Amino acid sequence: MIVRIMGEGQREVGEEHLDRLNELDAAVERAVKAGDEVGFRSALTALVEGVRDAGTPLADDALVDSDLLLPPADATIDEVRELLDEDGLIPG
Amino acid sequence: MSMMKRMGMIFRAKANKALDKAEDPRETLDYSYQRQVEMLTKVRRGVADVATSRKRVELQVNQLQAQADKLTQQAQQAINQNREDLAREALTRKSGLQSQITDLQAQQAQLQGEEEKLTLASQRLQAKVEAFRTKKETIKATYTAAEAQTRINEAFSGIGEEMGDVGMAIQRAEDKTQQMQARAGAIDELIASGALDDASGLNSGDDIGRELQAMSTQSDVESELAALKAGAAPAGLPAAEAPAAPADATPAAENAAVPEEGQA
Repeated sequence: MIVRIMGEGQREVGEEHLDRLNELDAAVERAVKAGDEVGFRSALTALVEGVRDAGTPLADDALVDSDLLLPPADATIDEVRELLDEDGLIPG
Repeated sequence: MSMMKRMGMIFRAKANKALDKAEDPRETLDYSYQRQVEMLTKVRRGVADVATSRKRVELQVNQLQAQADKLTQQAQQAINQNREDLAREALTRKSGLQSQITDLQAQQAQLQGEEEKLTLASQRLQAKVEAFRTKKETIKATYTAAEAQTRINEAFSGIGEEMGDVGMAIQRAEDKTQQMQARAGAIDELIASGALDDASGLNSGDDIGRELQAMSTQSDVESELAALKAGAAPAGLPAAEAPAAPADATPAAENAAVPEEGQA
């Protein structure tokens, strides 16, 4: 499983970690839906740290699509909403 | 479907749409490569911009720190001269500066982090752009336009995502830097206006300094006066080596010796 943490690059994460990461992921999503800033911050931090711990960085020259994408660790709740908005624009 | 998965699909779809332009798939490769090289230039410029902002904030921290040190010295001098009121004023000003210094140091650390992240992003993108170029040249040399399509799709995997990610990282860094530059500009104006004194010369150009200077001049006068009254030579003049001579006779001692000789 390839996971990209935005602004940090891609990591290879073993399948055995997926259940736990999915729980953390669900917590982030709940906080985003509820507009709960405090819950969002701690849930996103836990998710990003979970991926950092469980994953091994890919080589810089690897050209491969990610299976999962995480917002930057310091992303705001609005930035996450934008990333989930299919009509939003990608800069650059 | 998990949020991470959905986010990945949406992001990649948008990123790949931004890449896909030309009619001949092989031209798409060149076009995309060109975009990648442009993005690399952009991210390097981003690193340089963040570094410039960081250095500016560092310079301000140093200026304010020098000012705070000066106020500490002034407080000490004021205490030495029994002027607690003046010492209190100096320390009050220093504590105002200290909170600004703390704030700027936090900004400095944030810019440093941003600079490191962008530097790594630039290295990653460079490695990927090089890998893409190799694939592109191989595909162009080996396959016809019709055959190339599948290979091209393979070559594109990962690159659109990386470009989108780097593009976003640069924009976030720019946003942060701009906010900080506005605040740095305000502090530069404050320094330039003299509201925070030029820290280059101790005890010059500010009211606490002037008052301390005046007090020190005053106390020099007082101590010389006291010395005169006590019979010692005024400071700065060579002292007469005649401890036994009466206090009022000292300055005239040499002159007095001449008529004595004439009389003899």
